[in-house]
Amino acid sequence: MLAATALECVRGERTLFSGVSFALAAGAGLLVQGANGAGKTSLLRILVGLAPPAEGTVAWDGQPIRSLGEAFRREVLWCGHSNGLKDDLSALENVRAAAALAGRPIAEAEAREVLARAGVGAQAELPARSLSQGQRRRTALARLLFTRAKLWVLDEPVAALDAGGVEWLAAALDRHLAAGGLAVVTSHQLLATRSRFDPLRLGA
Amino acid sequence: MSAAAAALGVLRRDLLLALRRKSDALAPVFFFVIVASLFPLGIGPEPELLRRIGPGVLWVGALLATMLALARLFAADYEDGTLEQLALSPEPFVLLAAAKVAAHWLVSGLPLIVAAPVLALQYGLPADTIAVLVASLLLGTPVLSLVGAIGAALTLGVRGGGLLVALIVLPLYVPALVFGAGAVDANLAGTGAVAHLSLLGACLVIAAFFAPWAIMAALRIALE
Repeated sequence: MLAATALECVRGERTLFSGVSFALAAGAGLLVQGANGAGKTSLLRILVGLAPPAEGTVAWDGQPIRSLGEAFRREVLWCGHSNGLKDDLSALENVRAAAALAGRPIAEAEAREVLARAGVGAQAELPARSLSQGQRRRTALARLLFTRAKLWVLDEPVAALDAGGVEWLAAALDRHLAAGGLAVVTSHQLLATRSRFDPLRLGA
Repeated sequence: MSAAAAALGVLRRDLLLALRRKSDALAPVFFFVIVASLFPLGIGPEPELLRRIGPGVLWVGALLATMLALARLFAADYEDGTLEQLALSPEPFVLLAAAKVAAHWLVSGLPLIVAAPVLALQYGLPADTIAVLVASLLLGTPVLSLVGAIGAALTLGVRGGGLLVALIVLPLYVPALVFGAGAVDANLAGTGAVAHLSLLGACLVIAAFFAPWAIMAALRIALE
């Protein structure tokens, strides 16, 4: 489904990585590892189409993602370093805004239920700025619970999560892969998933 | 259908954010009121002179006021990561960018148009001239928002972007200023404002058609 061929990433004068190739079939996960500054985030941004690679191509179902455009973006869920939350909006409003943006508007009742399942149900009405880092992460990751995207690309999703959160995320990833989804994840910690994630080491 | 829903969602979200930050949202109209009120005080009670400079002062005041919120237009979304989510939305990015500009105009353009008639009284402008002023601002402030948003998108993530926005955008504001203030002047002089307003309308059509694409392209580059 997702295939990367000879990807190269250049930042200024420095080549972060080159010759990165992999293919990911339905139901498969990829765990991207590497030291700080090895280009993990850059690789993920290339995979979702936020940044173009210096060399190489990313293909989805055999077609370059550049030419697929909106058809590819419909299949992708991206959760980057920053949580993508508006500090002045409540967790509930943030989730609903994200859902509308993903082309799948949800009603208030469903948004509450999603937040409850993500473990921040009691904080639904609080502005995002008053949430703790872990609660903000859970609110951002709540999108995993209603998205129809087939490819999840998560950058350090377990950062700031407590043990319960890590377990919850692992269960969500397991369900997604079992249903034929794909996931590309960076993490310095083990993911605690039951499904197998192929390792990809950058800068080795 | 869902594209319209997503664009409306962005518009509603930005309006809600403006509502939560009333002091930021009201800054442009306060600025406009202060500038337009200081000129009569500084120049003194000379009705002829005030009427002469009124259209220009009001238009320049409105123009500068719309620039106040430009620097934060995309910067806030860029910093908290929501701009990435906008760019990766399956809905057309160009529509979402247009929705952000629409929100900017509703928050920092529309209140100026409401305040303008009251401020125009300080300059002794007659009623039909005030009507032309309101019409010219109705056509002109959306142009300012659209063109300004291009500048804001181009300077995204650049240090000292605030000053750079002004340098990029001010020359592009000149046609709107010339036609807008010109329309009010022409009405005062009795030559009719239709020609100026038509040109301003043409500016709006062109800006509304091309600006969202330029904004989208600039935002994509900024995100790379």
